[in-house]
Amino acid sequence: MTPTQHVFTGARKALPIVLGYLPLGFAYGALASLAGIGLPYIFMMSLIVFAGSAQFISVSMLAAGAGAVSIIATVFLVNLRHLLMSASLSPYLQSFPRTSLPLLAFWLTDESYAMACGEFREHERNHFFMLGLFGTAYAGWVMGGMLGGIFGGLFNSAQAALTMEYALYAMFIFLLVIQVTERKLVFAAGVSGILSLFFYLVIPGSWYIMLATICTATMGVMVEKWQDS
Amino acid sequence: MARLLIVIFGMATVTYLPRFLPMYVLTKLEIPKIVITWLCYVPVAVLAALIVPGILTVDRQIFISPANSYLIASVLAFFVAWRSKNMMLTVTVGMAIVLCLQCLP
Repeated sequence: MTPTQHVFTGARKALPIVLGYLPLGFAYGALASLAGIGLPYIFMMSLIVFAGSAQFISVSMLAAGAGAVSIIATVFLVNLRHLLMSASLSPYLQSFPRTSLPLLAFWLTDESYAMACGEFREHERNHFFMLGLFGTAYAGWVMGGMLGGIFGGLFNSAQAALTMEYALYAMFIFLLVIQVTERKLVFAAGVSGILSLFFYLVIPGSWYIMLATICTATMGVMVEKWQDS
Repeated sequence: MARLLIVIFGMATVTYLPRFLPMYVLTKLEIPKIVITWLCYVPVAVLAALIVPGILTVDRQIFISPANSYLIASVLAFFVAWRSKNMMLTVTVGMAIVLCLQCLP
């Protein structure tokens, strides 16, 4: 396959992500314009931050008149979860050209990460494929935000938004199902699901994802060590 | 608007660093075997942590009920994913169920 074909194969795989990002991005753009943020800034935030939950949070904090430092600190905490995802992809990326890493890292999101894990598990994938996959998801998000900023006032269908956003959960479920190939991973998914629910209910913010993941992976390693000895 | 620019650039910086640094550093190193084992659990753990609170709660409260369209759709999406191993089918069925449940009175 030529590089272009790899890029297109990756782009096609991004379709379910785009399906979810368009309405979410639209909702972000619409909320931001309601909060009085100008269209160039709405666009710029999607373009250079590219982080769904962080953008929603910043818009509501800006609307509430929060200070710059507290907004930036909150966004930092919300996005710390990407540390683990970035680390977990690195074994697959060792053969990639190092010049592709800064861009791939910028495009790393929960959704693109989940999709990348599924792909790496089943196929040999190169950096062209990954750039096509991640870049298409990015384009969907930026476009959704732009449309939301422009037309957000015209459309207001909570039903449509709720349905479209479900695309992301359906995708997560599919990716989880194809990745629990061993019994230990089925257990890990169960443990992480229960822990995340617990953390989500008792700890404010989005720490639940990181906490559940760290606890689960550590327990997994401990159980493996214990079985070996 | 200068404040807004500072906020946006600050957000961009603090979002980029956790995405970039682990990947950039770890691809250069020989990763110890125990770390690889640990990292193997990360994808399924992250996915489960994203899914479970998302489908079992509304406004940070547990909401297990036939009225929770995400929950009903997820149970069926799980079976579709498991039997078909087809992502677009899973996503389409899931979305169709959410849509239908919302149209019910």
